[in-house]
Amino acid sequence: MTIAVSFTAVSRHFGSVKAVDRVDLEIGEGEFFAMLGPSGSGKTTCLRLIAGFEQPTAGHIEIFGETVEGVPPYRRNVNTVFQDYALFPHLTIVDNVAYGLMVRGIAKAERYRMAEEALALVELPGFGNRRPSQLSGGQRQRVALARALVNKPKVLLLDEPLGALDLKLREQMQEEIKSLQKALGITFVFVTHDQGEALSMADRIAVFNQGRIMQVGSPEEIYRQPSSRFVADFVGASNVLPPDFTGAGRWASLRPEAIRFTKSGGRPARVVSHSFLGGQTRVALDAGGQRLHMLLPSADSRPDDGSDVQIAWSDGDLHLMDDGK
Amino acid sequence: MRSDRQHRAPLGLKIAAAAGLLFLHLPILLIFVYAFTTEDKSYQWPPPGYTMKWLGITWQRPDVWESLGLSVRVAAISTAIAVVLGTLCAAAVSRWKFFGRETISLLVILPIALPGIITGIALRSAFNLADIPFSTWTIVLGHATFCIVVVYNNAVARFRRTSASLIEASMDLGADGFQTFRYIVLPNLATALLAGGMLAFALSFDEVIVTTFTAGQQATLPIWMLEELVRPRQRPVTNVVAMVVVLVTFLPILAAYYLTRDGDQIGGHGK
Amino acid sequence: MTARTAVIGAGRAGIAGRLSDIFWRNPRIMLALLLAPPLLWLGVIYLGSLFALLIQSFFSIDEFSGLINHEPTLKTYRELLVPANLDIIIRTVSMAAMVTVGAAIVAFPIAYYAARYATGRWKALFYLGIMLPLWSSYLVKVYAWKLILAKEGIFNWLIGKLHLTWLLEAYLQMPLIGGNSLSVSYTGTFLVFLYVWLPFMILPVQAALERVPGTLIEASYDLGASPRQTLRNVILPLALPGIIAGSIFTFSLTLGDYIIPQIIGSSRLFIGQAVYAHQGTAGNIPLAAAFTVVPVVIMGFYLWTAKRMGAFDAL
Repeated sequence: MTIAVSFTAVSRHFGSVKAVDRVDLEIGEGEFFAMLGPSGSGKTTCLRLIAGFEQPTAGHIEIFGETVEGVPPYRRNVNTVFQDYALFPHLTIVDNVAYGLMVRGIAKAERYRMAEEALALVELPGFGNRRPSQLSGGQRQRVALARALVNKPKVLLLDEPLGALDLKLREQMQEEIKSLQKALGITFVFVTHDQGEALSMADRIAVFNQGRIMQVGSPEEIYRQPSSRFVADFVGASNVLPPDFTGAGRWASLRPEAIRFTKSGGRPARVVSHSFLGGQTRVALDAGGQRLHMLLPSADSRPDDGSDVQIAWSDGDLHLMDDGK
Repeated sequence: MRSDRQHRAPLGLKIAAAAGLLFLHLPILLIFVYAFTTEDKSYQWPPPGYTMKWLGITWQRPDVWESLGLSVRVAAISTAIAVVLGTLCAAAVSRWKFFGRETISLLVILPIALPGIITGIALRSAFNLADIPFSTWTIVLGHATFCIVVVYNNAVARFRRTSASLIEASMDLGADGFQTFRYIVLPNLATALLAGGMLAFALSFDEVIVTTFTAGQQATLPIWMLEELVRPRQRPVTNVVAMVVVLVTFLPILAAYYLTRDGDQIGGHGK
Repeated sequence: MTARTAVIGAGRAGIAGRLSDIFWRNPRIMLALLLAPPLLWLGVIYLGSLFALLIQSFFSIDEFSGLINHEPTLKTYRELLVPANLDIIIRTVSMAAMVTVGAAIVAFPIAYYAARYATGRWKALFYLGIMLPLWSSYLVKVYAWKLILAKEGIFNWLIGKLHLTWLLEAYLQMPLIGGNSLSVSYTGTFLVFLYVWLPFMILPVQAALERVPGTLIEASYDLGASPRQTLRNVILPLALPGIIAGSIFTFSLTLGDYIIPQIIGSSRLFIGQAVYAHQGTAGNIPLAAAFTVVPVVIMGFYLWTAKRMGAFDAL
């Protein structure tokens, strides 16, 4: 696998704030890579380091094997889809999309043809003569995508591109971006704070916290085998269990759907409350002072709130984590 | 107590506000009436009759044309200088954080914050010390100094409103610094600069206090008017000139207002 | 255009591209280039002139020859304190204070109405209604008052029509504020100053009031305060920074003006007139320079106080 982006002990400090703190990272060519974390965790700064808007305080960054420290953004064949889209308000849609080609001196007819192609790719054919202000949020998002893709970047960076869209549109765009990436085969680096988005779209995920990467892995790994309490807490709704509960001397995570009711031999617990989530119902339990959540298919029968039950799970589902504090 | 009482202004407030606005506007309207009076020896009210003839007489006065020409020339050159210097300053202050940034804002505002007479006498004595003879250029030097602030204020407000990610997006798409300035920054700044330039023009066109110190023998239109104010010799012509000055300064201000009304305010309190 | 295979090295070649790289890598060079012209102009020419003026205030004039003596001395400043000059300073400062108070009183209802009640088109109209007089010609405004206050002018005509001539005459009989006619009295000077600087008070007060959330006033009513109590205890304190900001303008502009008192007013001098007279016909640049230091010192003190009261946020 060719390495598209590699970080070696990269730090970016703003005064005394360590926005990015000795990060090592490798992103493969053609990968859909998500950077996931709460705000201020350093994921966006990492993206800006790849784009060239920020320079590392220490460490080394390579893009396709080439050193990029000191290379301005306009000399990097890397393009960004901005969180607020950053469409140029004084230019028409087609001029927005053709901007990157224009500054490179490509003739007008040629660049308009390419821009129209790119607009067709994001399913906005014929929108070229409108202004950004005349488009909906979802349409602007597509224009921003077309404007970046028309330059055939080696790496496409997406900074929370779906954050401003409503839920339904967001789900639709998730699928579209995913299939676009598969079709084009371009390396996508996607920044988000929405774990559902990261899990559903990415080939691999890096979970960020306080300027560091806590874990890198496939969505499955991140979800099933979180390496730390932070990852377990942040990704998915796992139950995070203390050592004295598991008896294993380490903290562990237990996915809510792995818990089941049993007639005998389980742990005693009391049903505290339940929340209807549509296809599933989430049941809150109290097992000897430890709060637990479990997920049941809504169609199943469930014990009343306040009733005493016994619960169990298979040993394999109890995932022990590294930070055994 | 219901709150709908607050959506209608109390009568007393309405009257006070209306009276205040009338106080601001009636004197200016009076100028328009006097421009057409038949009386030429005094400021008699009500005018004994109305005539258009002073418009024609004023039209044929070479001294008025000369002063008007000088004022327009000075205002145009001062505005051009102020637009360049004000924009440079605004760009520096908006795009970078650096030591002494606050001081720069203060320095730009100082020429209108200090009484005009201080700016005037300081420049005059500096010209004397440096043996610079008075000319159109000494007037321009003074005017450009206090015009910078209005351009600066408008440009800073627009820079603040222009998302920083637009510039990043441009660079991201392959445009270097010059291209980004040419294709993104300048088009977004244009109306603010036009508005600032118009206000600077109005400010310079009207300025009298600094000009009395930097003008030498030449008379801008305000200097011409000041002489008439101190020693009235041709009241009807002065009346017409006053009306023209009001109109000439109103137009750029209205234009500046329409150029900037969605978003930033007309920057800078003039004078 | 074929897709480039290299990741870096895109973008323009040539001088523009290379310069752009240099600026990008060294933003300080760019910053210095941007700042150099305005700093040269304002920092060197303008501040230099001001500084030269300040230095001259420490020179003195030889009483016999009329030549300027370049020995540094405080003699000129002592001259400021002779009763005639002290009178000028006191007169000017009192006028500036009166104008400021008057402007605040007249401005408040306009600003309050514009900030709280005017919406949509009315708001725009109010805004222009304040901006146009602010920006319209200073001299024309003064001229308009010369027309209004003339003996045969509209003011006396109106007083006559209303049969109030006796009242005006009684008023003009009063010491200090009276005079032969309004156009040669301090009252006339005060009115013109008030008129000319009023918009400079309205705008910051309005800006301060715009920032008072309507819910605060509703809360005051809700807690049982009367409109008068609300005005005194909620609105005025919140508008105070705006009033102080506006007073900086009205105070400073009045201190430095020499044209209005020359055209409308008694023949007694104000600071601006004194400066003008000393630098002009008298050729006493040191005393003129020392006189200009007075408003600067007063304003410096005033600004320092205003800053401590948080007035600059309303500018």
